[in-house]
Amino acid sequence: MRKGAFLSVAALALVLGGTGVLSAKDKDDKKEDGAAVKAARDFNTNPYPSTYKPYPGRSTLIVGATIFDGRGGRIERGVVLLQGGKIAGVGGSLADMDVPADAVRIDGTGKFITPGVIDVHSHLGVYPSPGVEANSDGNEATAPTTPNVWAEHSIWPQDPGFSRALANGGVTSLEVLPGSANLMGGRSVVVKNVYARTVQGMKFPDAPYGLKMACGENPKRVYGGKGRTPSTRMGNFAVNRETWIKAQEYRAKRAAGKLEARDLALETLAGVLDGKILVQNHCYRADEMALVLDMAKEFGYHVSAFHHAVEAYKIGDLLKQADTCSAIWSDWWGFKMEAYDAIPENAGILWKAGACVVIHSDDENGIQRLNQEAAKAQGDARRIGINIPDADVVGWFTYNAAKAIGVDKMTGSLAPGLMGDVVLWNGNPLSVYSRPEKVWIDGALLFDSSNRKLRPVSDFELGQPGEGDVK
Amino acid sequence: MKRLLALSAALGALAAAAPAMAQDIAITHARLVIGDGSEPIADGTVLVQGGKVVAAGPAVAVPAGVRTIDAEGKWVTPGLVVAITDLGLVDVGAVDESNDSDADKSPFSAALDVSAAINPNDLPIQVSRAGGVTRAAVAPIATGSIFGGQGAVIDLGADSSAVMKPRAFQYVDLGETGARRAGGSRAATYAMLRNALAEARELSLSPTGVRRDDTLLTRADAAALIPVVTGQQPLYVRVERAADIRMVLSLKKEFPALKLVIVGAAEGWMVAPELAQAGVPVLATPLTDLPNSFEQLGATQSNVGRMRAGGVKVALGAFGDQPRYAPQYAGNLVALTRVPGATGLTWGQAFAAISSGPAEVMGMGDRIGSLRPGRVGDVVIWDGDPLEVTSGPVRVFIDGVEQPMSNHQTKLRDRYLNPAEGDLPKAYEW
Repeated sequence: MRKGAFLSVAALALVLGGTGVLSAKDKDDKKEDGAAVKAARDFNTNPYPSTYKPYPGRSTLIVGATIFDGRGGRIERGVVLLQGGKIAGVGGSLADMDVPADAVRIDGTGKFITPGVIDVHSHLGVYPSPGVEANSDGNEATAPTTPNVWAEHSIWPQDPGFSRALANGGVTSLEVLPGSANLMGGRSVVVKNVYARTVQGMKFPDAPYGLKMACGENPKRVYGGKGRTPSTRMGNFAVNRETWIKAQEYRAKRAAGKLEARDLALETLAGVLDGKILVQNHCYRADEMALVLDMAKEFGYHVSAFHHAVEAYKIGDLLKQADTCSAIWSDWWGFKMEAYDAIPENAGILWKAGACVVIHSDDENGIQRLNQEAAKAQGDARRIGINIPDADVVGWFTYNAAKAIGVDKMTGSLAPGLMGDVVLWNGNPLSVYSRPEKVWIDGALLFDSSNRKLRPVSDFELGQPGEGDVK
Repeated sequence: MKRLLALSAALGALAAAAPAMAQDIAITHARLVIGDGSEPIADGTVLVQGGKVVAAGPAVAVPAGVRTIDAEGKWVTPGLVVAITDLGLVDVGAVDESNDSDADKSPFSAALDVSAAINPNDLPIQVSRAGGVTRAAVAPIATGSIFGGQGAVIDLGADSSAVMKPRAFQYVDLGETGARRAGGSRAATYAMLRNALAEARELSLSPTGVRRDDTLLTRADAAALIPVVTGQQPLYVRVERAADIRMVLSLKKEFPALKLVIVGAAEGWMVAPELAQAGVPVLATPLTDLPNSFEQLGATQSNVGRMRAGGVKVALGAFGDQPRYAPQYAGNLVALTRVPGATGLTWGQAFAAISSGPAEVMGMGDRIGSLRPGRVGDVVIWDGDPLEVTSGPVRVFIDGVEQPMSNHQTKLRDRYLNPAEGDLPKAYEW
């Protein structure tokens, strides 16, 4: 049912005997000449560069709405100005804004404004709709570690799911991750939620890559089931540590100018050790997360976020200390053994501990309702006496999400100079009765509920019953 | 699941954990929801006596001596009814040995009777109950055949008798999944279905006689389908595609007694006139809006609203998630009424779609699903609008018996509200 959380039978069937060799390159190909050494040192670190360009937008002024800025700020009857693709002004009055004469004015009275919604855990594009085997490209599960694969090479930019995430969820950016069968599933990528002919046309310019890792049941079940290592949680750690040791050796050689060949897998892991690639670690149980934090110290990297983290509430203090976010559902529970101790108050207890909370989806339906999931967690917290302001809760699917995937200097909050990623909601986004009315991405109006032509239709849906229908 | 507890002194310790006996209760000053599609009543009272609703409305007199709970303006509703769940069958979905929701290696199919497998104490029942769900239809989803077997209607009370109506329906999958099980195509599905119903009809004419020697079904499976083919037991048909729904409706020509219920119906809106004309009700999966398979290319969140507007009897069900998500799904259908071009439900219709609606589709609208007189005393008091995501139940009554709200989840919550360990390990905090 849930692709990322619990591998489907079809995905398991795909897990064939792999080599377990980290490198995608055959060692016999190594050449001892100077050109190879040079290639290993001076390779292009951005060979599939983003070609995304903001679409043209008009200067836009929204007046009178309640504004949640994503960082805990709330302004009643405020003003937001979009200009040149950026947020040009946010405030309580027009007085201190230089509004162009030709700006489109929108009456936001009774409505709400948030930063564009960000999902840090999506498989849109890699497990697209229709969810048929031929489209199932989300997990190169043929070996326990595949840091050599890049999710962007699997993304189908025509996944109809992107349009639903935009129209119903107000999602403007998302991190697409490989699946969680293996310990190191590969590189994730951040994309703008804008349809393009190519994945390069969706890639979020200058966003850091992520490395998807996974603890617990999935790796030990998938590989143990094949009679391979790892078949236990201790096996998970052993394979991880051996792999990090290789990465450290690679990095030391690189520093000494002694690399002899390129190695896609180790380039990614070295990128993590360099602090340039952010670790996104699928992990459910508190005890395992604590061990992973020690492993990160052992090898000198930082876990940006634990994903799913259903037991994070047991170790909020450790997570706060480690500056590691918990990217969680509000109340998924019990579907697998390591989700048995999930509780709906997870977010609230973490928030009380001062730890970073992110609401994620891992689901093509859930991504349409991240705001509602956050609101559920807020309600569950309130019932045990933890009262969390709406403005903080909005941060769980905007600013904190941006921080967890390393784009918080560019988007995720409303401040002058940031990307013009903005949602105008027809009511409080923390209500089940509210939906996005308009969504801007880099200042371009890309969804308008009152204009049926401002609704993207993927190639797949052309000529199908779903073409252009309200969703 | 009212229990007249006849406990001896020896069972005293257990009795402490058991729910109280049914009391006559009146809940006053409620923002009262009857659950029949009507809009909430500002200041209402519900009176439960003998485990049943006696009266609910704005001007209900409370007899002397009846325990009265002042709701102080809180929302009060009937217990939620969720159709097509696996409650009582599964402890942990991915722990196969704890999961009785499918039986693909059984030599039997239609004969499987889910009521034999239901565990009234399982955690999903406790968690769902704390979420305001008091009745559910439990369906056996899969066997090696197109038939899942016979489903049951249960209550979620904290006692030992969960099954309210065993063998309440037969479940069959006639879509993509069923076609794969039938041998690989929809044509194979219908060949298998027609043959099965024909074998049941033949057996009904001679229940103990010798069967012809080319039967496919076991005797038990054929016998289990006799009430289906004679119309005594509803046939719940899982199907999504518009063409498949039309095909299912056409079965009535050949087997006129069939009492059909469509489950899923992602493309139901495309055949709303046919469904309405046939009078076949739908338990629709709400909010399906992606072309996740080639049998739901027309999926839209407006499906339920469009079917209802087209005169189809439709309620929510089969959402595959936790049953306690029912109010969120219903609330989203209200949200659609504010989206240009979308079709949703009014608040009253949406609440009915998770209370009296499924009860009526299940043929039990006279017993469960609303606070109309004579229905079971299932009542929930909420801390806000029950369809709003920030709201939750604060008290739950089933058959007039107040239910425990604590469970594994609430105890973990209480233990870790402050995660720091004290003078003893956390394991001593309980």
